[in-house]
Amino acid sequence: MIKDLTIPLYGELENGFDTLIAAAGRAKEGNEVLKGRKTAFHTFTERGFPTIKNEDWKYTNITRFLKDDFAIQTPPANPSTGLNAYVHPEPVDHALVAGAGIESLDCYQLTLVNGNLLSADGASHRLPEGIRLITIAEAVQDPGLAACFGHSEESEKYHFTALNAALFSNGLFIEVKAGFSLDKPLHIIHVFTSGYNLLVQPRHRIVVNRNASVTIIESVVGSVPEAKLFVNSLTEIVLEADSKMDHYLVEMAGVNSRLVQHTMVSQKKNSVYNNYTFCLQRSDLLRNELHVLLNEEHTETNLYGLYLASGNQLVDNHTFVEHRKPNCYSNELYKGVLSEQSSGVFNGKIHVYKDAQKTNAFQQNNNLLMGRKATVDSKPQLEIYADDVKCSHGSTVGQFSDEALFYLRARGIGEETAKGLLINAFAFDVTEKIKIPELEAHVNKLISGRIF
Amino acid sequence: MLTIKNLHAEVEDKKILKGINLTVNAGEVHAIMGPNGSGKSSLASVLAGRENYHVTEGEVLFDGMNLLDMAPEIRAREGLFLAFQYPIEIPGVSNINFLKTALTEIRTYKGLAPLDAKEFLRLTKEKQKLVEFDAKLVNRSLNEGFSGGEKKRNEILQLAMLEPRLAILDETDSGLDIDALRIVSKGVNKLRSEKNAFVMITHYQRLLDYIVPDFVHVLYDGRIVKSGTKELALELEEKGYDWLKEQVDEKQAEEKQLGEMQLGEKEAIQ
Repeated sequence: MIKDLTIPLYGELENGFDTLIAAAGRAKEGNEVLKGRKTAFHTFTERGFPTIKNEDWKYTNITRFLKDDFAIQTPPANPSTGLNAYVHPEPVDHALVAGAGIESLDCYQLTLVNGNLLSADGASHRLPEGIRLITIAEAVQDPGLAACFGHSEESEKYHFTALNAALFSNGLFIEVKAGFSLDKPLHIIHVFTSGYNLLVQPRHRIVVNRNASVTIIESVVGSVPEAKLFVNSLTEIVLEADSKMDHYLVEMAGVNSRLVQHTMVSQKKNSVYNNYTFCLQRSDLLRNELHVLLNEEHTETNLYGLYLASGNQLVDNHTFVEHRKPNCYSNELYKGVLSEQSSGVFNGKIHVYKDAQKTNAFQQNNNLLMGRKATVDSKPQLEIYADDVKCSHGSTVGQFSDEALFYLRARGIGEETAKGLLINAFAFDVTEKIKIPELEAHVNKLISGRIF
Repeated sequence: MLTIKNLHAEVEDKKILKGINLTVNAGEVHAIMGPNGSGKSSLASVLAGRENYHVTEGEVLFDGMNLLDMAPEIRAREGLFLAFQYPIEIPGVSNINFLKTALTEIRTYKGLAPLDAKEFLRLTKEKQKLVEFDAKLVNRSLNEGFSGGEKKRNEILQLAMLEPRLAILDETDSGLDIDALRIVSKGVNKLRSEKNAFVMITHYQRLLDYIVPDFVHVLYDGRIVKSGTKELALELEEKGYDWLKEQVDEKQAEEKQLGEMQLGEKEAIQ
């Protein structure tokens, strides 16, 4: 283990790992899963947490967010009793859950607290037959799924994913059966909360089988008034041939939380993956890693993102699209508004492999700086090894138009409202891509609600 | 309604307004004319509260209140409206949402409840008809891709919707063809009443054929150098501004000379 005395979490992890493994064993995790945890932990101990010397962490100094004394979340005490087992020890703030709700949207809704499915929600039972939804605590006991949670180089590839693969606690396993299309969106509300400093590591896996399609909306909320909460989540998504997924993320975590969220998507032939990420959180740190692997031909990928930050917030979006096969299409548009002394990071990497001829890959990142001390580091990164491709990228950093602001104010619109309108307008290119009108209205309202 | 007393203003340390005096009463239409660079648009900007203009002297009273102390949005809510010479394009803000927000903020300020969706739509339709504004444009982004004429008509639509007590039209006629000019003027004429007032800033007499002013003022070098009735505009159209400029410049030269002479006399006495 790396010895870094400024991060007490190292010691905590080392001491805690054996206990956690024992608990996992008690929970009847398969041997393959336990072995996977051990290899991943070994990988993590060799690597440690990233520092600014790592190219991918150059603009985000993670060390300062890890310095507090964190306890490590333990797996649920009794996971074997199924979906309705989990009762959160402290009352969950209902206002938080209600705030994440999307007005007049007809959907299936689930609530997770620190990765554990909340028992009060009976919604999962109403899911149609074509969807299999179980907790990760259950999934790791299923011999048929052991391979998904055993040793995998892909999952261990990064600092934080290795740590998650070693010590993940709970989460959701969702499988959409072949040929099935879910009629309504599935809305998952992630609540992160704790009365003491805590490291939470949820893991999720979503499999969309051949010819199936699904829309999933994830909302992240949280309240940690008196402690610090660190979330290190890993979501793996597998899109089989001819499948389709619309994936929405609405980030609204509160102050004192730090989130590092890794989403790894692998796409097969003719599949379509649309990701819409809205970072409207109040958390100190949000780092999104969105990694899409185009493993077969004729796939389509659209990544849309919007990030807002104020105060001392740091919001960091890293996307990585790997064009491994020919004839794939990927398109990306991320926009950010940074106010006060906040910082934003955008790193969009596109890797076109030598075989991936006829690739179409587009990327655009636009930023609006609203504070004199606000900063943004925008880095498009294209690595192209094929010679017959169409690729483009662009990055801009601009400031507010005083003329537009004056025009609105001259019509009686107050300065705050006017700024809200202009931010909505800037965000419009991204928000207009939302295919669900109720969700679009919800997101627009959240954007307007941010005081700059 | 509006009283401007000895108003001096500058932009980036450059003196633009050098002592404007003007009184506008309810029910009146005033035209402000003058050559390029005389300070016409600057006067409009100062009244609307554009930030880069600094008032160095004088005062402006709007119904007895100190206008210059108010933020631009408060001026608008109190009933001052500036039709922009160059309306701004704001992609992503829909025209209708913009109108609704503005109207709601103004109503809230006045202690009125916001209009419900039905009432608002009815009002919009009525005013659209009044200014012959293409219904298709209402749902588009604010002024984005609008022609020059459509932008100016949109200003008049906003004017009709927000019903200000004092409207300042800053070269609303510039860039308009005859048809558009007629439509815009017709709209303004319909909106004229005993309770409101208009200040029209224009280069050309043409607009005044359509909207007949009660008073015409000529602005030159930051001051109102001549005031009269609509006949003054006709005289200007015929003779241009040069004769006025010469008069003013001569007068200034005389004053300067006089000043120097007086100074010389003083020195001689000493």
